[in-house]
Amino acid sequence: MNAAAVVQDLKAFLPELCLLGGAFLVLLVDLFVKNKKILPALALLALAAAAVPAIPFRGTQALFSGFFTLDAFTHFFRLLALGASAVWVILSAGYKPLQKQYEGEYYTLVLFMALALVLMAASTNLLMIFLSIEFVSILSYLLVGFEKKNSQSKEASVKYLLFGSVASALMLYGISLVFGATGSLELTAIPAKLDDPSFYGLTLTGSILLLAGLGFKISMAPFHLWAPDAYEGAPAPFTAFLTVAPKAIGFAVLMRVLTGAFHWFSFEWSPILMVLSILTMTIGNITAVAQTNVKRLLAYSSIGQAGYILMGLAAATPLGLTAVLYYLLAYAFTNLGVFAVAIVVGSGTGSYELESYRGLAKRAPVLSACMVVFLLSLAGIPPLAGFFAKLYVFSAVIENRYYLMAAAAAINSAVAAFYYLRIVRQMYLVPADETSRIWSCPVTRFTIFILLAGTIILGLVPAPFIDYFKALLPF
Amino acid sequence: MKFDCLVWLIPALPLAAFAVNIFFGKTTGEKAGWIAVAASLLSCVIGLALCAQVWGGKVFAASMPWFDAGESAMRFGYLIDPLAATLLFVVLVVGTLIQIYSVGYMHGDARYPRFFAYISLFMTAMLTLVISDNYLLFFIAWEIMGLCSYLLIGYWFEKNSAADASLKAFLTTRIGDVGFFLGILTLFHITGTLGFSDMLRVLDPQTNSAIFQHPLLPVAALLIFCGTIGKSAQFPLHVWLPDAMEGPTSVSALIHAATMVAAGVYLLARSFTVFMYFPTVLLIVTVIGTLTALMAAFIALTQTDIKRVLAYSTISQLGFMVAAIGLGSPAAAIFHLMTHAFFKALLFLGAGSVIHGTGTQDLRELGGLFGKMKSTAMTFLIGSLAIAGVPPLAGFWSKDEILLGAFMESRWIYLALSTAAFMTAFYMFRLVFLTFFGKPRNTHIHAHESPAVMTLPLWALAAGSLLIGLPGSVWMHHTFQSFLHLGHHAESAAAGMVMNVSIAVGLAGILLAFLFYVLAPAIPAFLGRILKPFYLLSQNKLYFDELYSAIAVRPFNQLADSVLFWFDKNVVDGLVNFAGIFTGFVSAMVRRLQTGLVQNYLLILFAGVLCLLYFEGR
Repeated sequence: MNAAAVVQDLKAFLPELCLLGGAFLVLLVDLFVKNKKILPALALLALAAAAVPAIPFRGTQALFSGFFTLDAFTHFFRLLALGASAVWVILSAGYKPLQKQYEGEYYTLVLFMALALVLMAASTNLLMIFLSIEFVSILSYLLVGFEKKNSQSKEASVKYLLFGSVASALMLYGISLVFGATGSLELTAIPAKLDDPSFYGLTLTGSILLLAGLGFKISMAPFHLWAPDAYEGAPAPFTAFLTVAPKAIGFAVLMRVLTGAFHWFSFEWSPILMVLSILTMTIGNITAVAQTNVKRLLAYSSIGQAGYILMGLAAATPLGLTAVLYYLLAYAFTNLGVFAVAIVVGSGTGSYELESYRGLAKRAPVLSACMVVFLLSLAGIPPLAGFFAKLYVFSAVIENRYYLMAAAAAINSAVAAFYYLRIVRQMYLVPADETSRIWSCPVTRFTIFILLAGTIILGLVPAPFIDYFKALLPF
Repeated sequence: MKFDCLVWLIPALPLAAFAVNIFFGKTTGEKAGWIAVAASLLSCVIGLALCAQVWGGKVFAASMPWFDAGESAMRFGYLIDPLAATLLFVVLVVGTLIQIYSVGYMHGDARYPRFFAYISLFMTAMLTLVISDNYLLFFIAWEIMGLCSYLLIGYWFEKNSAADASLKAFLTTRIGDVGFFLGILTLFHITGTLGFSDMLRVLDPQTNSAIFQHPLLPVAALLIFCGTIGKSAQFPLHVWLPDAMEGPTSVSALIHAATMVAAGVYLLARSFTVFMYFPTVLLIVTVIGTLTALMAAFIALTQTDIKRVLAYSTISQLGFMVAAIGLGSPAAAIFHLMTHAFFKALLFLGAGSVIHGTGTQDLRELGGLFGKMKSTAMTFLIGSLAIAGVPPLAGFWSKDEILLGAFMESRWIYLALSTAAFMTAFYMFRLVFLTFFGKPRNTHIHAHESPAVMTLPLWALAAGSLLIGLPGSVWMHHTFQSFLHLGHHAESAAAGMVMNVSIAVGLAGILLAFLFYVLAPAIPAFLGRILKPFYLLSQNKLYFDELYSAIAVRPFNQLADSVLFWFDKNVVDGLVNFAGIFTGFVSAMVRRLQTGLVQNYLLILFAGVLCLLYFEGR
């Protein structure tokens, strides 16, 4: 690869360069500026700057000898990651527990995280996939433990690090086995080299280890055990982000790997993914029922949601994959919305316990109404985004005649509705101990309305989005 | 095509008014009424401009994909053809006038903003229904209307009778709605589409005659008719409408006379493509409509509550419209729907004005109001002449159209409908004479005329009742009917004869009422004595409420109290409790996995990987 080609490829790498530059700029500005309010603004600016070159779509393009591929699929996930990062920044700006002296580092890490996700979304080489996932993971360990005075935060961070390292090791081992069997790390090149049946067992073992590593990223059972601790211990804005963006990009990579490189045994993937999906949603939902802390409850809920999304992947049909994309977008809006409200309430009441939601409808009527919409969407009530997301994964599964799975998912939905509505009950039916209004900053409120609009619009007119997603699938 | 982007505003503006009044009711306060009126007025301007274009021969239609249902995609859009434009015109004009009137009528009510919020929501639903281009959106709007009807009938929910009436209305119409929804599903199953235009294309005997052999198609038509029976208060589900008069009078005028109850007739006209090829189905529709028209007119003869007389009159007139559809002339039905909306809204608002001015709605206490409430009395008289079928007022032309259709189809139906028309003239003028003429029967009532905000809409509606029939009259060569494009106007040599009989019947009814209630007030009492069985039947509404109570409500309550209660207590609660306990148990088990120790987490991770390897490697 000559220098001219590298320069050519770098031109398509503008979003990444913007984020990288933004990260260093934030670090630099932090040294000289007293008013730290400028830092989140700067971070938002960098994210916007990265989104602008990401918007014009240029067909399919392989970059850096096939390490990355730019196509509509990449493009969608990039924008999703950048959008989620922007919400994260806005929520962080109003989040008190972040100590002032570390804000520079924090927003630098935010931009690095955005960069890591953007890289991960575009990776189409197993080595690059590993590196970008590792990049995301290491940043996540740091950010989970960012509240240094909070011992719970520190503990979560260390556990996450240990668990993540093992998962990474497994994945790396899997990749090396695949490389040994096929002699290639490029997703597009692997299928052609899999004809030799004598390497079947080796590739299978390798791909299962790879699945474990990716399953760790999307909090798929039984590789999800890090998630509740990490989600609870992390700064709340980061939890919001962590349950949405890395998970979505993780699904993107999983889709690329399973349907691109190893599609030859998609028949064997389906049952195994089906079992894992049922396991994930059941564990997530059933454990969520017993939670009394909203942050932890939402952590388990997000594991349950990952289970539903896996259903679409298990179906492995175009309809199923379209459903996964739609679900990820719907889930991004809804889950960020739920967390945004939870963070505002958390700052107002000083607690994430379910009890602090008592009589919230009186203390913050508009916010409560928004929360109801988000929760109903998560529970899958029409006409909200979550309803059509579920409808599409269900139809994909039923189209494949996986009736058992559909039944399991239906039971799970009922269980999930119970604990979502429990929050609504606290807000509307249980009288408040305190009556003071809960304050929220205008920018946060605006963001919540945007997320609310997304949740509602996706549900009211799903068809254009579905058409867009159908055109998006590269496989 | 500059209007296309404005179509969505027609339902969106009332929706905005609803949002403002429901969320910021405390702030809007007294201004709530004018917010609703302003939104409605703006919609009205846009809507009338559209209607003018449709009158000029244009059709507005657009749709976009909504969501996929199996192989076929649901679409979401509007269709403003002559039929929809007619309804749009009626709903917007009458609706806006009634809202203006309500500003005065509801003045000083404790929940004033809420009232207008509900009314705006109703307008949104009704307008969405009218411009909808498919059954699904139509049904959604239909159900929201049902909800608004429920909320507004029970608006004064402190009164037990109002709360009961709202429940009765909701449950009774629900029976029809279930049928309607099943009908939609059946239709979708047969034709694979829910769009009105697509339906027209699929149900074409020239290109697709095989589909008419489908045994479920007439069933689908009958199920859709169930929706009409519920919503338009046809026999045997008519019992909710008289009780619905517990709501504020302007609600009765808007929802339970002019618009919502007429939606059932609109549904039939929209679905006429499904009905028209099945004579048996049409016969059932005709018989139900005629029976309703006759029966309700008979009950209206002896009612003593001014609003109840009007309610039965509405049921009777809806029966005329339904019968017209069954007789194969939807144009006549829609024509009558339009004229009826004007004069019945006028009559209800007039009644409201009387109630507002006197504080009572009992005919036995009223009387001699003509001098004290000139505007109300004059406009009420115009409305009564219109409904009684006196030319050249609106009701005459549309009713004559229906009677002509009946005359050509069946002499029995014609006879029955003419009898109903005769009774209509009689009971309406009984109402007029008892309310506005003679001497006040209760001297404690000091009547006063209503404010201008109420009388001006009355005069506007009176003007409509005078003129709105003309586009469909002989004088204008039935322009309106040819505009509708719903089959041809019936030409018959008997037209002149039918018209003369119709005039005679109307005048006879009025004269008889004059004889009974002005010249010789002793006659009704005397007749009541010698025809006692009939009198009691009419006065007790043919004992429908008692009958339903005996065969449905009471047995069901008893069943619910005994068997179902036991079932609920033991089986259902048991299952629910079991599910709760079971979930809690499993939850506790699963939570054990989350020990908080990383060693255990990693153990589970490895166990998971090994399991996967084992199952895949087998």
